[in-house]
Amino acid sequence: MDIIPTIKQACKKYGNDRGRLIDILWEVQNSLGCINEEAMGLIASEIKSHRVEIEGLVSFYSFFSDRQKGKIIIRLCDDIIDRHAGIERIADIFSEELGIGIGETSPDLNFSLEYTPCIGMSDQAPAALINNVVVTNLTPDSARETARQLKKTLDPSKLVTKCGDGNNAHKLVNAMVQNNIRQKGEVLLADGIPAEAGLDNALKKASLDVIQAITDSGLRGRGGAGFPTGEKLRLAQKTEATQRFIICNADEGEPGTFKDRVLLTERASLVFEGMTIAAYAIGSNSGILYLRAEYAYLRPFLESVLENRRKTGLLGKDVRGKKGFDFDIRIQLGAGAYICGEESALISSCEGLRGEPKNRPPFPVEKGYLSKPTAVNNVETFCCIARILDKGASWFAGIGTKASHGTKLLSVCGDCAKPGIYEVPYGIGIDELLKMVEADDPAIVQVGGASGEMVGRTSFGRKICFSDAATGGAVMVFSSHRNVLAIVDYFLEFFADESCGYCTPCRIGIVFLRERIQKVMHGFAEDADLGYLKDLCKTIMMTSRCGLGSSAPKSILNSIERFPLVYSSHLKESKDGFQASFNIQKALDESRRLAKRTSMIYDPVYEDEAD
Amino acid sequence: MKKRIATVSLAGCFGCHMSLLDIDERILELVKLVEFDRSPINDFKKFRARCDIGFVEGGCCNEENVHTLRDFRKNCDVLVGVGQCAVMGGLPVMRNAIMHSDDPLRECLETAYLNSPYVYNPANDIPNDPALPLILDKVYTCSEVVKMDYHIPGCPPSGDVLWQTIVALLSGNPSDLPGEIIKFD
Repeated sequence: MDIIPTIKQACKKYGNDRGRLIDILWEVQNSLGCINEEAMGLIASEIKSHRVEIEGLVSFYSFFSDRQKGKIIIRLCDDIIDRHAGIERIADIFSEELGIGIGETSPDLNFSLEYTPCIGMSDQAPAALINNVVVTNLTPDSARETARQLKKTLDPSKLVTKCGDGNNAHKLVNAMVQNNIRQKGEVLLADGIPAEAGLDNALKKASLDVIQAITDSGLRGRGGAGFPTGEKLRLAQKTEATQRFIICNADEGEPGTFKDRVLLTERASLVFEGMTIAAYAIGSNSGILYLRAEYAYLRPFLESVLENRRKTGLLGKDVRGKKGFDFDIRIQLGAGAYICGEESALISSCEGLRGEPKNRPPFPVEKGYLSKPTAVNNVETFCCIARILDKGASWFAGIGTKASHGTKLLSVCGDCAKPGIYEVPYGIGIDELLKMVEADDPAIVQVGGASGEMVGRTSFGRKICFSDAATGGAVMVFSSHRNVLAIVDYFLEFFADESCGYCTPCRIGIVFLRERIQKVMHGFAEDADLGYLKDLCKTIMMTSRCGLGSSAPKSILNSIERFPLVYSSHLKESKDGFQASFNIQKALDESRRLAKRTSMIYDPVYEDEAD
Repeated sequence: MKKRIATVSLAGCFGCHMSLLDIDERILELVKLVEFDRSPINDFKKFRARCDIGFVEGGCCNEENVHTLRDFRKNCDVLVGVGQCAVMGGLPVMRNAIMHSDDPLRECLETAYLNSPYVYNPANDIPNDPALPLILDKVYTCSEVVKMDYHIPGCPPSGDVLWQTIVALLSGNPSDLPGEIIKFD
């Protein structure tokens, strides 16, 4: 097949701009099924780049492939919550029905089966992403039925027979995803939020007053880091530049987080309104919504919301009739990389680069997207901005605690009767939350996802707020029959996979941490191994340049400190000074087979007893 | 009483032992302080008495290395890994990089003895004399096999570093090893 026209067309669609490489690669992969060596070379010559740069991208992002994959790619969500919900059994069934193992493609090129990290459906686990179609609450029976139906129809969209609630039933979304909104608060999920009230109020003010209002409200970033939003906007506004950018970070990859998914489904307009207000505040004319590839099913709907806003004068030239304020938003689809949730990595990705974090300073507010001042904020933060401009800074500041204002959207999943979305004022106790979600036997609460904090039973009195147990939204509940070490091991596996590989301590250290944790799990470790773990954790945290490395070891340190008995019950002091983890028999097996003889040292010698 | 020292080279190149000779005339001082037990320096193959310090060069690539290392652990109070091979596996550990093969050990042996462009091996044999110890599935560092007390980095560690380590261990005072003589990046 001649692929040249396809590639030329894909590159031309994005103006042969290497800054739009991610979009170009999506375009090529969608029409060719993969981005092979030949395609890489052609793309490189079209956009005047090098093949190795294209290959660097294709190998970095897990949704891109250089080998032909099946027409239907089944991605099973391999989250710790999904594992507890039985995703391994589901995987076996898909494997059995389709005749391929994990990571394989069927010979007729119809199916590929693989695992993927959290797809943001932990409240309806086990879940899978079949091309862009989300399948939730899988059971062994429904998995078998799904596989059989796919074989018959080869059309994943036919799998959706019953849509979820709210906008999930919108014809452009058409997903079986449920919002599971369990508690609405007054800021984000309240009914009857007046459309564009915030934007109208903002446009009546001078831009600096808008920033002042946000500062006065005490709003801090909702993505996890909690940087004061007003300050961020002020810094971006203050930096001299010809152009400034607003980026909305909708790359919620933190395992167990799915609140942005619900906001994008139910409050899309509010998100864009917030972005528009922020743009007005810092003097930006261009915004990007960075949407994670797992949420690609929301894209047609979000595009239509944007289109509507353009038609009604809420985007485009002279927004809402405000002379001289032009602003538009484009959607940048990610390609499956957790690290792109980190703001500087996200900017790299928007620029068509590998999603690697950048050195700071300069911070994005000074030198961000295309080296221009850029304010990157979470989906929820933008919603808050719109609400603050509508209801006033003091209203917002009055909710929550002294240092953490407003409400927080929590996505709760795991061992509880009511997983889902809870909008609660800051300062809520973990015990209070556990009652709301009807967790009857909670033993561990992971606040803030894999990079967050592990809280044990004795500390359930802690409060969810910036100064105590901070979270970007994820709250995972584990009951007393879950294995702490298995959870820690999962988190390490996740980080080892998702490390971008730039900093050696993170790239290699996390693998070493995992080896040592497995040594503990297998009962081969002794006290000194815990010392090694703690030391290595400190080294990795100190020497990594972004948040991934500095938070990956947290679950180990937390669990050693808070579940010491679990560790001590696994430790065994070796009396002879030998490492119990080293198994000489296993180490020799391969050699015995190849050499076709036994060991003179480690195999017993049998005397000939016949004589 | 003189302290007893044992030394051994496992999967190493004897470079670290050569480096030990680089303590030059200080060796006269050393023999006043210590007595060498099992060591390639005096060619004693077995321990004659329990030792205070064991110096181990090289990691473990075959069963005999494991056996020897465990013997050292049993017979030495303090065990010191000397040089990159003992500490991290060194050059031999490069064969652990053959990890994406279905049969890594076979691939390693065939590359070494049959397929490499510079191999002259008309009989097409992979050495397999019964007297040869069996090779391990991969190379293990010393601390993967037994507990080690100290590690001295370097390829090889210089005579000065070895000397200062010995002095520190014998006197019980902490060693004074400035960064520039033990850091190599």
